[in-house]
Amino acid sequence: MATVTDTIKPPRSSVGPTGWLRKNLFSSWLNSLLTILALWLIYNLMIGLWGFFSTAQWGVVTANLRLFMAGRYPIEQIWRVEVCVSILVFLLGASWRAWGGIMGQMGMAVGGLLVLLALLPFETNSRLYLLGNVGLLAIGFGAASLIRTRRLWTALWLLSPFVMAALLYGGFADLPVVATDLWGGLLLTFVFAVTGIALSFPLGVLLAVGRQSSYPVIRWFCILYIELVRGVPLITVLFAATLLFPIFLPEGVTVERVVRSIAGFVAFTAAYNAEIVRGGLQAIGRGQNEAAMALGLNPLQTLWLIILPQAIRSVIPAIVGQFVSLFKDTSLVAIVGALELAGIANSVIQQQAFLGRQTEVIVFIAAIYFVGCYAMTYASRRLEKRLGVGER
Amino acid sequence: MAQGTPGDEIIICRDVNKWFGSFHVLRGVDLTVKKGEVLVIFGPSGSGKSTFIRTINRLEEHQRGTIIVDGIELSNDIRNIEAIRSEVGMVFQSFNLFPHLSVLDNVSLAPMWVRKWPRDKAEQTARELLKRVGIPEQADKYPGQLSGGQQQRVAIARALAMQPKIMLFDEPTSALDPEMIKEVLDVMTQLAKSGMTMLCVTHEMGFARGVADRMVFFDNGQIIEQGKPNQIFDNPQHDRTKLFLSQILH
Ligand SMILES: Nc1ncnc2c1ncn2[C@@H]1O[C@H](COP(=O)(O)OP(=O)(O)O)[C@@H](O)[C@H]1O
Ligand SMILES: [Mg+2]
Repeated sequence: MATVTDTIKPPRSSVGPTGWLRKNLFSSWLNSLLTILALWLIYNLMIGLWGFFSTAQWGVVTANLRLFMAGRYPIEQIWRVEVCVSILVFLLGASWRAWGGIMGQMGMAVGGLLVLLALLPFETNSRLYLLGNVGLLAIGFGAASLIRTRRLWTALWLLSPFVMAALLYGGFADLPVVATDLWGGLLLTFVFAVTGIALSFPLGVLLAVGRQSSYPVIRWFCILYIELVRGVPLITVLFAATLLFPIFLPEGVTVERVVRSIAGFVAFTAAYNAEIVRGGLQAIGRGQNEAAMALGLNPLQTLWLIILPQAIRSVIPAIVGQFVSLFKDTSLVAIVGALELAGIANSVIQQQAFLGRQTEVIVFIAAIYFVGCYAMTYASRRLEKRLGVGER
Repeated sequence: MAQGTPGDEIIICRDVNKWFGSFHVLRGVDLTVKKGEVLVIFGPSGSGKSTFIRTINRLEEHQRGTIIVDGIELSNDIRNIEAIRSEVGMVFQSFNLFPHLSVLDNVSLAPMWVRKWPRDKAEQTARELLKRVGIPEQADKYPGQLSGGQQQRVAIARALAMQPKIMLFDEPTSALDPEMIKEVLDVMTQLAKSGMTMLCVTHEMGFARGVADRMVFFDNGQIIEQGKPNQIFDNPQHDRTKLFLSQILH
């Protein structure tokens, strides 16, 4: 007879691989059928993938790699793009040491990717550059071990976009100007995504707050703007920004097409961000406002210290979703003539030398988009957990 | 009960009237409170008690009559309002702590931003206050990790951090489980003994009898009767007061 101290073993069928199979895949007649169907689908998918990868010829990608990465950015100036990449790698290495967590994982991923790429049969110079960046990652890590003030690294991160923009554009010292109309490929995609996100977020918050303002003029303006923008497709906003916008500029003033399309993107995304943030604002009880007022905080302090941190925290997943959309929608600017990643892909497909190789090109750029989107959603999940969304 | 010269009057309300739309919620409230006095305001639900004490720090605006707090008349002048709010602490039924800030930050926030204290000073004061309300060890937790009684004590500490001259309590124990009511009332009793001017909307009659200098019975937007606790409990003058007391005392 079993006494209290005896441990009773679970029945045989519920443990081990067979138990797991029976429980999860073949628990019923219907479940078994679905399992077999799924296996059949997976099998066919594998056959298809095998068929593609065993016959794929990646020459179309390797021969056009510079186009994919930087578009028509002049070849003798391409080192400026490379320096930008190195700046980012260095800062990532430093952040790995300074913050750990998600930065560490990103650092490892980028380091691994660099090593992997260096193993591929590129020219010696490119491989040395890639390995040099692995070294920079380590140097950044080391630098942050020496100087551990996180504020310094935050400041450098915030400064870096301006430094990189200046470097890429040039026009000072002996650097010739490279007009943004020459920027392309992944470089341009990044420029679109980063500036789009960095500008549309604060603008969206401003619109959301304005929509709740007690001043009717501000409120009506914000509502009108948000509803107008949300009522039309992105592509029309892009057309408006690139084609109509110049008409309103004073004579002699020109704004480059890339800058105009970024403005279109920001204008569009800000309206959606505003609606997301508004949801977060509405979810905050009146009591928070009253408690802040009762303590003597003024309305601006209340908004900045009490309301916005809570509102934004609760909408992080939705906002990141919006950023992911923006990242993917950058592919639409090809239509208004800016050759970012998708635009370049489209032009590469037309090359006589690589006729019929469009699948390789599409798989290649899809992989790049996927990595970007996945990194964003992954970071958002981590951030959510750290900030305890839904707990506090 | 604090007795003194007329200059001791810290709150003066004369003929205070307020409407929500066409609903006349405060109907000519007259009330004078002296420095250091502890008032318990009680009365049926919906009689306007909350609305009344919220007019004192202008969370609600009155539409007729005069309210003078610490010598400043409440008007639409924003600087007046903010000056008064930083002199008047308020504790709410539902705590209203800031959930995204640690307990310490909840308490030190307003002194830093409104009084412009340096962080060190604000945090040190906050720790002293947390000790005073009996939860020094919870400083680094978040409000969501505390019990209701602990949260309400943090809310009291948060209000006290501004070194207010007056404290308003709007049913501070009504949202609490019975076993936590005492810990909050103990803090309030200690505060009353330290000489704080307090207006407490509460139905804790033990607290009223033991601590209040004066009790004020509210009904239908008016003060029906007021007096010392033993006078109100043992010899209420109005039928409404008698009826209400008999209902809540069983
Ligand atoms: N913001 C408001 N708008 C409209 N009516 C309100 C509002 N706040 C309170 N009231 C009404 O005013 C009356 C008095 O409310 P309140 O002061 O909260 O009463 P008490 O605190 O005595 O229970 C109630 O009938 C309530 O429904
Ligand atoms: Mg009430």
